[in-house]
Amino acid sequence: MTAVQDAPAAPQKEIGRDRRRKEDQRLITGRTRWTDNITLPGMLHLAMVRSPHAHARIVSIDTAEAKTSTNVVDVLTGADLGEGQGVNINAWPITPDQVTPTHVPMPSDRVACAGEIVACVVARSAAEARDAAELVDVEWEVLPAVLDLKKAAADEVLAHPDLGTNKSAYWKFDSEEAGTGGNVDEAIAKARTDGIVIEREYRQQRLIPAFMEPRSVVVDPTGEQITMWSATQIPHILRFALAATTGVPESKIRVIAPDVGGGFGGKLQTTPEEFIAWAVARRLGKPIKYTETRSESLVSGHHGRDQWQRLTLAAEKDGTVTGLKVDLLADLGAYVAIVGGGVPVLGAFMFNSIYKFPAYQFGVQTVLTNSTWTDAYRGAGRPEATYAIERLMDELAVEVGVDPIAIREKNWINADEFPFTTVAGMEYDSGDYAAATARAKEMLGYDELRAEQKRRRESNDPVQLGIGVSTFTEMCGLAPSRVLGSLDYGAGGWEHASVRMLATGKVEIVTGASAHGQGHETAFSQIVADRLGVAFEDVEVLHGDTQISHKGLDTYGSRSLVVGGEALVKATDKVIERAKPIAAHMLEASADDIEFSGGRFSVRGTDQGVAIAEVAMAAFAAHDLPDGVEPSIDSEATYDPVNFNFPHGTHLCAVEVDTETGGVKMRKYACCDDIGNIINPLIVSGQVHGGLVQGIAQALWEEALFDESGTLVTGSFVDYLLPTSADTISFDIDHTTSPSLTNTLGTKGVGEAGTIASTPAVVNAVVDAIRHFGVNDVRMPCTPERVWKAIHANDGGDPTERAAMPHFGDEDVAGNQETPGASSTEGAGA
Amino acid sequence: MIPTAFDYLAPTTVEEALSALAQHGDDAKIMAGGQSLLPVLRMRLNAPEMVIDLGRIDSLRGVRDDGDAIVIGAMTPHFEVAKDPLVTEHAALIPKAIEHLADAQVRHRGTFGGALAHADPAGDLGAPALALGAQFVIAGSGGTRTVGADEFFVDLFETAIGEDEILTEVRVPKHTGWGAHYEKFVRVVHQWPIVAVAAAVRMDGGSIAEARVGLTNMGSTPIRARAVEAALVGAAPTDDGVRAAAEQAAEGTNPPSDLNGDADYRRHLARVLTRRAVVAAAGG
Repeated sequence: MTAVQDAPAAPQKEIGRDRRRKEDQRLITGRTRWTDNITLPGMLHLAMVRSPHAHARIVSIDTAEAKTSTNVVDVLTGADLGEGQGVNINAWPITPDQVTPTHVPMPSDRVACAGEIVACVVARSAAEARDAAELVDVEWEVLPAVLDLKKAAADEVLAHPDLGTNKSAYWKFDSEEAGTGGNVDEAIAKARTDGIVIEREYRQQRLIPAFMEPRSVVVDPTGEQITMWSATQIPHILRFALAATTGVPESKIRVIAPDVGGGFGGKLQTTPEEFIAWAVARRLGKPIKYTETRSESLVSGHHGRDQWQRLTLAAEKDGTVTGLKVDLLADLGAYVAIVGGGVPVLGAFMFNSIYKFPAYQFGVQTVLTNSTWTDAYRGAGRPEATYAIERLMDELAVEVGVDPIAIREKNWINADEFPFTTVAGMEYDSGDYAAATARAKEMLGYDELRAEQKRRRESNDPVQLGIGVSTFTEMCGLAPSRVLGSLDYGAGGWEHASVRMLATGKVEIVTGASAHGQGHETAFSQIVADRLGVAFEDVEVLHGDTQISHKGLDTYGSRSLVVGGEALVKATDKVIERAKPIAAHMLEASADDIEFSGGRFSVRGTDQGVAIAEVAMAAFAAHDLPDGVEPSIDSEATYDPVNFNFPHGTHLCAVEVDTETGGVKMRKYACCDDIGNIINPLIVSGQVHGGLVQGIAQALWEEALFDESGTLVTGSFVDYLLPTSADTISFDIDHTTSPSLTNTLGTKGVGEAGTIASTPAVVNAVVDAIRHFGVNDVRMPCTPERVWKAIHANDGGDPTERAAMPHFGDEDVAGNQETPGASSTEGAGA
Repeated sequence: MIPTAFDYLAPTTVEEALSALAQHGDDAKIMAGGQSLLPVLRMRLNAPEMVIDLGRIDSLRGVRDDGDAIVIGAMTPHFEVAKDPLVTEHAALIPKAIEHLADAQVRHRGTFGGALAHADPAGDLGAPALALGAQFVIAGSGGTRTVGADEFFVDLFETAIGEDEILTEVRVPKHTGWGAHYEKFVRVVHQWPIVAVAAAVRMDGGSIAEARVGLTNMGSTPIRARAVEAALVGAAPTDDGVRAAAEQAAEGTNPPSDLNGDADYRRHLARVLTRRAVVAAAGG
């Protein structure tokens, strides 16, 4: 080994570069294996027999005819699988006394929602399994079902009669009790006397995470170690759940998430299908594959949102906010899913958003119904919170008679007030709401559009213009283990990374985050390339296989970069530290005199140096290492952050409402997100664009609906309206930069930001366009019919009828208020 | 999803197709592009034992001039119909509707006759065919017969085509020089129309001389808005000129109520969209 004398020119910095995603070529050209592409010798296929009823007792299951069908190997019921099938766990009991029905993957006695699996057919081909599944004859005793969230909260019909109630848990945060603020009831009482009280009830409709790749699972039980491939976001958590509930030692389980085609939260579940495939494979000793159809995916994959939000905002007459009270009813569906009631709890810290509320109270009642279970969907709790507060701020602006941006400016945390501890107890590290807002206004052409809006209104134009504002923040990087522990979350939030320095100068990094479309391979390569001074192309990112990535907590909650990326930084720093003594030895210098820069170790004050690849080679050869130094510079790190991080941004949306049809057409959308330092602007743009469309889709298009018997009416994409690129416009996006102070890269999460911010921006715009017709709300999705009916709701009627409704009483939050969308306003302007 | 197993025949002549149909009767289903049939089979909503694919019968494909009408072969894919010079010259309303029909893939695989024979009341071609007074040529074992548009659409997914018959071609009377517009109202672009209006207008001087108006998804079949057509004669091609006539658009309709709107909302839409379609067709 000879020391290289000439230092090469420093490579271009990778962080901040618009790198095209290195994973895309293989994903786009099909040079990869998705779970459904995996074929094993002797593999058998599963087809599921599902309940058509929302609530029914299984009287009998006749499998005889199905068993004689061509190439059928077996037909199994819940009774056949018994306890070996494990349990689908809830990892976050939000209260100690939470009512949690046991969720057996394949029940043998009773189903609690349509789509539940009661039998499965094992056959030599998927087609033969499907044919035979139709021959399974189930005799049902249909039981009364409860589908409506408010009716369920009244406990008249029980989703699980043996539990005695549909109310699962009531979780509360009160700023006075927590010592983070004042008494909210006093603030509201005072505002009723001499200020403004705005009371609204908003509906967060149920949504379906419509990932591109349907869920699929393959189980190979033929070795001593059982391997499961699954289209999942959470291979590590899945492995834990299998071990914890099926009795197989964790060390005998390998879970592989190969390339996974999207999730949006919908794949962070441990599913009945995975557990059934697992049980059947173990029982038969044969590899098993199950891939769901889209129809099955829509009815049985977990759904998202589904809340009623009762909100009371108190303010002084000039619009200074004084209190916020939030009462939620949240639909769990038939079972408490893995995060389950934790989803609304994640929103609890975000209703106060960027505003300086002196008093705050949040309560959520989670409720069981005979519907598909619900869990995290892109944003998970925070879109609901952001929607509520951003809709309320627009309403407050109307009451005070000022521009919606002005009312926000009056109440938000100023840039010089960071770090700022909020009334919900969160410490916001950095941000500049005014800067992001100024930029967004400029991009939208806010003042010009306001002028146009005025012209259209004055001329009674059939097409009215509305402008919606959303100045959001969110907490992301779902992590700090202590915080999660204090909330009774079942796991920690750390992340693990390791860096392997290969003898040929290439670098393998292993991350516990489990990408399913985010572009981790590219972004993580950029970080490592800069950190170690190696070429972007020389970095390989490995993930998703518990045998390769042995430690990890997977991908959700905008955590991969801010937690997993930071773990990677720490691991690379350790590589450099481990390499220093070897480099010093090679350079015949003291380790104290070695400095590392641009991929080279050099002796301070000299031009002597070695490249990190040479050190890696020296460590590999191990022919001449200093005494006591291990022949490896590979390193790993597990990182647990001390705080979340808080990206924010200002989203402005202009819509045209055709008052003759109620049709809503997006005119312009501009957003300025502050997500701290950016690793790859191209990937960020993709996250923002996709996130925006998903949030806009909640505002305008998507809604999962059941009929009274519990059948999913929106059971295909004919009725569940997923937008395509043809339904969207080109978005104007930009960024301000307030680096996060809670991680060394200064990054903040961006995976959910667009979805969280956009929904209220759009609905605010729709309401703004037609407010002069006496409209103060349109329920989501804002269908043309709903918009048109809102415009004409006051035709010939008393336009003040809605505002004259009595304010919310102090009755039980579980709610017996039948009137949807109740609202009232007291005080100035009412 | 995987359909139930079925047998498959791909005859190359109409005669072969008819004889296969006669042989298999109720157990057979005709495939004419498959854009509606295949999803139905894959979701196992229907399970025919035999699928007879008309895709290889060359004589059913293409557009020809036949004096006062153009003749569109039933198996001509939508995109070929839409770009055919005879169609654009003499039946401009049809390409206007095809432009909004489903998505590009469906327009390439689906066929003109297949869509009409499927008779989905929310299908985009029924209203234009009805408005233009199309005639449907139907072949059976005893030869061919021709049915007018008014008799062709019988009910939801039901036409005058007998169980042992095949739609072979559609004769569209030439509407040379007529303005045309298809006004389709949807929430997302790949959706079936909530309501759509097909309008063709012949102008004379500054006013409407003749108008043809068809409604999509306002009943169990496409509906011809004859009252509107009559009231439009002599009207100025402007919003105000057309408004009164368009107000009659919902008369005699029986629209469905579903997730996208109730019947009253659809009646309202029919009036608004009719006005817009007629004004646009007239070049206003």
